[in-house]
Formats: sequence, structure tokens, C-alpha cells
Amino acid sequence: MASNTTPMPANTGFDLGRFLRRNGLQVGIFSVMLLLWVIYFVSTPAFRQGNIYTALMSTVPYWGIVALPLTMLVIGREMDLSFPSIMAMSVTTFVGVNLATGQPLLAFAACLLTGFAVGLINGLIVVYIGIPSLIATIGTQFFWSGMVQVITNGRSFPLNELRGTAFRDILVGNLFGFFPMQMIWMILVAVGVWFLLNRHRFGAHVYLIGDNENTARLMGVPVNRTRVLMFAIVGVAAAFGGLLNAIQISNFFTNLGDGYLLIGLAAVFLGGTSVFGGVGTVFGTFIGAFIIASIQPAVVAIGWAGFTTEVIYGLIIVLSVAMHTILRARIR
Amino acid sequence: MTENDRLELRNISKSFGEVHSLRNINFRVGRNEVVGLLGDNGAGKSTLIKIITGYHQPSSGELYFNGQRVDHLTVPRARELGVETVYQERALADQQSLWRNIFIGRELTTRFGFLDVKKMRAETDRLMRGELGFTSTAVTPDSSIKGFSGGEKQGVAIVRALYFHAEIIILDEPTMGLALSETRKLLNFVREIKTAGKSCIFIDHNVFHVYDVADRIVLLDRGTVAGEFRKADLSLNELLDKMQHVAETGSL
Ligand SMILES: Nc1ncnc2c1ncn2[C@@H]1O[C@H](COP(=O)(O)OP(=O)(O)OP(=O)(O)O)[C@@H](O)[C@H]1O
Ligand SMILES: [Mg+2]
Repeated sequence: MASNTTPMPANTGFDLGRFLRRNGLQVGIFSVMLLLWVIYFVSTPAFRQGNIYTALMSTVPYWGIVALPLTMLVIGREMDLSFPSIMAMSVTTFVGVNLATGQPLLAFAACLLTGFAVGLINGLIVVYIGIPSLIATIGTQFFWSGMVQVITNGRSFPLNELRGTAFRDILVGNLFGFFPMQMIWMILVAVGVWFLLNRHRFGAHVYLIGDNENTARLMGVPVNRTRVLMFAIVGVAAAFGGLLNAIQISNFFTNLGDGYLLIGLAAVFLGGTSVFGGVGTVFGTFIGAFIIASIQPAVVAIGWAGFTTEVIYGLIIVLSVAMHTILRARIR
Repeated sequence: MTENDRLELRNISKSFGEVHSLRNINFRVGRNEVVGLLGDNGAGKSTLIKIITGYHQPSSGELYFNGQRVDHLTVPRARELGVETVYQERALADQQSLWRNIFIGRELTTRFGFLDVKKMRAETDRLMRGELGFTSTAVTPDSSIKGFSGGEKQGVAIVRALYFHAEIIILDEPTMGLALSETRKLLNFVREIKTAGKSCIFIDHNVFHVYDVADRIVLLDRGTVAGEFRKADLSLNELLDKMQHVAETGSL
């Protein structure tokens, strides 16, 4: 009766304005993905079949799994350019321990531990020696990829004996015969990082450090410890992603990780994470990763020359970062 | 000293490389006492309070809380000991939501460090309607504080300091950026701190504000304590004279 005379704040029901204000960046990137997908779907038959999706879901997780915690690192105003070499170094450990003991589970643990340790070293160098991470991790990228060559003598190692094992099936098998397990892992990592970032004290501290380090210190946030851990988490993820990759192709090539750096970073920035720290979402990176990965097959399917891919990469990245910058200024 | 002091600094010095910001400072805050800290720009007021908040480690000297010596004070430890601070630089995170700003470094958590977001939002909502006096529905606990005015931001920093039931509240130029009515509210509030049996260190460049609320006034000059007076023993004019004298000669 009196409903038109008492303007109640829309606490009950769905408040679109507030939803957009809170989630503008995610809505933005999601719209970009939908738009692209409609274009693909209409313009090429390939995107009307399942294969291309299976292919994307089996290859994106290798580096997508790293891009997710990398998002957290960038929100914390740091950078890791060395994750490709962490992948290779960790899988080197896997191969070594597996050869020595014949126990893939043990080798798996050693692999993750290596990733953790190498990430930790990055963090310690950045935090306690005070070298900016952009520079420190260029150095460690060279160092660890060099170490991999030294240890392996540049040889590759087949991992065929893992074929048919439950270990392999759980990591990279196909669920119901078509759904790549690595995609499940990527979803689990995304959920895990989301919780850490948005529902755990650790993530709250990451946002604060990225936003204003001085404030974080004045208010008693354990800045150094949080920073070091951010690097270590990226390290573990790199180890995991790298291992999925090697096991899927049943071979460890020492150049494992090559080519993942730029697309990994592109996914993070495409997803709306600010280079200046303090802002970013896991959801954005997740979508960003698939947008980036879809470009090449789309270009090929449409029938353009392969090198058009890079032009489109460039355009999409610049346009979407521009979009995020504008949205950020408008919303909130 | 007495066991009854909330806080005592003995012979505290602090230097940053060649810069000696504090020399042999002796300073105490009693229970139920508002101590005003006055001094020129660069006298060392903020450095002094940042030693008490655990942000700076003193180069030498000792700190006592409730008569107990505390070494290697950190910010979380100081906050546990009941020190809450409105810093001169406000210490806010502009791009973060209001609720995150209120709970910086003291997030409410459930088990295993998981955030109790619901509770933090609700508490922030309560503070907004009450102490902060936000009436606009456009501002929610999830609004980022980027668009807030200077005074509103200062309000957030002040409300935050009060939220945690501090025993010692440190206010470093809290009236900066506040309108007259807000300033008056703040000064009233400082008087209430005393009535509530808590202690306060109050820094302000406005001598009238300091004289108004302080029980005791400490004059800092170039990193040393130049003088200390109980308000009861000294009129405002005498205080002004002394300050002028210190500024000219460096001593009383
Ligand atoms: N982190 C630092 N590194 C080097 N010098 C510092 C640092 N912090 C303070 N100082 C120096 O210590 C001295 C005291 O500074 P402080 O900020 O404590 O003064 P203040 O009394 O609070 O001044 P104001 O009234 O302007 O706020 C100044 O000379 C300042 O330059
Ligand atoms: Mg100061």
C-alpha cells in the first residue's frame, strides 16, 4: 500500500547498482570474453565444436595455475619474471627424485618443495636485500634456467613410465573421457587463491601492502613475512603447473616454461589487476587467461596469418587495460 | 617512576643515520591522564610517538608499560598492550573498502585466520551510522575511501583508534583538516578518554587545543624535552611565553 511512499534501501533483493560498483572490473572482463566468444562462434565453425575447448582446457592450466597466485603477487605490488625457470627447475627435481627412487609421489613432493624454496629465495632477496622484484627475478630467471641446463646437460627426459598410472591420471587424465584433469586443478587453485586473497588475513594484508606499504607497517601488518610468502606461493604454483605440463606431454624438456611469461602476465593485467598494486581479482585473471589463450586458435580458425595473433594480443591487452583504467576511475 | 604509570620512556634516543631526532628523552604518561606534546616542526614529536607505537626502534633507552620493561616493541605488540594511534599521515589504504581500513592489521577472524567479513562489515556499518555520522546511503562499508574528503578520512582514522578499547590513545595532529564543529567534537572526545579512565597523548600545533584538554604539557625542542608543566600550575599566557622563550633560546 504505502510501498510507493517509503523508499526503502534495496537490502532485500538484487541491487544492480551496488553489484556493479562492487564488481565492475569482473563484469567488464566477463563482457569482453562473451563478446569475443560470440565473434568466434559466429565467424568460425571450429568454435562450434568441442575439440577446441578441450584443447584450451588442457593447455591453459600449465601457466594459468601460475597466473592466479601471480595475481596476488602483483596486487601486493611485486612481480615475478622468474616463474618459467621455477617450472623447469622444479620439474628437474621431480625427474631426478623419480629416477633415483622410482616413487612419483615422493618426487611430486620434492618438486613442490623446490618451487617453494626457489620462490622463497626470490622473496628473501627482494625483501631483505631490497632489490626491486622486477630486477631480482630477471636475475633469478637466468640463474635457475641456467642451473637446469647445467644439471641436465641440456638433455630431455621421457616420462613414459608414468603412462597408465593413477598418479598421471589424477594429474592430467581425462575425466569422463573428455574433461582434462588439469582444468579441475586450475579451478581448485583458483578457488584456493580466491579464499586466501579475499577471506583470509593473509590476503587482506596483501591488498594493504600493495595499496600503501607505509600504512601497512604503521598499523602492524607483518609486511616482510607476507611479501616473502607471496613469492613462495607463486613458486609452488609454478612447480605444479610445470609438472602438469611435463607429465601431460610425457617428456621433460629443459626449456619448459618458455613462452609462458608474457601470456601469464597478460592474463593478470587483462583481468584488471593494477600494476600499481592494491587492486585485482582472481576471477579476472581466470577469464583473462582463457581470453589470451583463445586468440591464437581463433586467428588460425578464421584463416588469418598466424602472426596476426601478436597484433591482436597487443590490441586486446592495451584496450582492456585502458578499459580497466577508465572503469576504475568511474566506478566506486 | 611509579608502578602506576601507564607508560614510561627512559633515556630514549633515536637517530636516523646522522640525524639525531631524539636525545635522552624521559617521558611518562599516567593513568587517566592526557599529556599534550608541543614543539616546532621537526622537534621529534612524531618520532617519539612512533617509538611508543612500536614502529621505530629506539637507538638506545628503555620503554616500560605498566611498570614492565618491554624490549623490541613491535606495532602488533604495542596494539596488544592497548596503544591505538591516529598517525599524522593518517595511515589509510585509499583503494580499499571502509571496513578493510577500520580493521587494518587487526582483522577479525574465525578459525585458522579466516576473515569474519560479515562481522567486520556489520561493525563498520554500526560505526558509520554512529560515530562517523555518515548518513548518505551511497556510502557503505564496501565503499572505497578514495572519494572521502580529508575530514572524513581523518574521521575514519579516529574512529578506528577508538574501536579497539585502547588504554593509551595517541593523537598526532588529529584536528588537521577538521572543521570547527568536528574539532570541538574531537576535543570533547579527548576529555571523555580521561573520564573513561584511559590515557592519551595529544599532539597539536594549536596551543589552545592542547592547553584546553591536557593535564600536563611536554615541550619538545630539537629532539630534547625542553620543559614539562602541569596545566594547573601555569596559565595559557605563561605557556605561550615559555614556548616563545624556548624557540628563541632552546631552553627555558
Ligand atoms: N624515517 C626518517 N628518516 C630520517 N629522518 C627522519 C625520519 N623520521 C623523522 N626524521 C627526522 O627527525 C626529525 C623529527 O621529525 P618528526 O617527524 O618527529 O617531527 P615532528 O615534531 O613530528 O614535526 P611536525 O610538527 O612537522 O610533524 C626531523 O628532522 C625529521 O627530518
Ligand atoms: Mg609530526
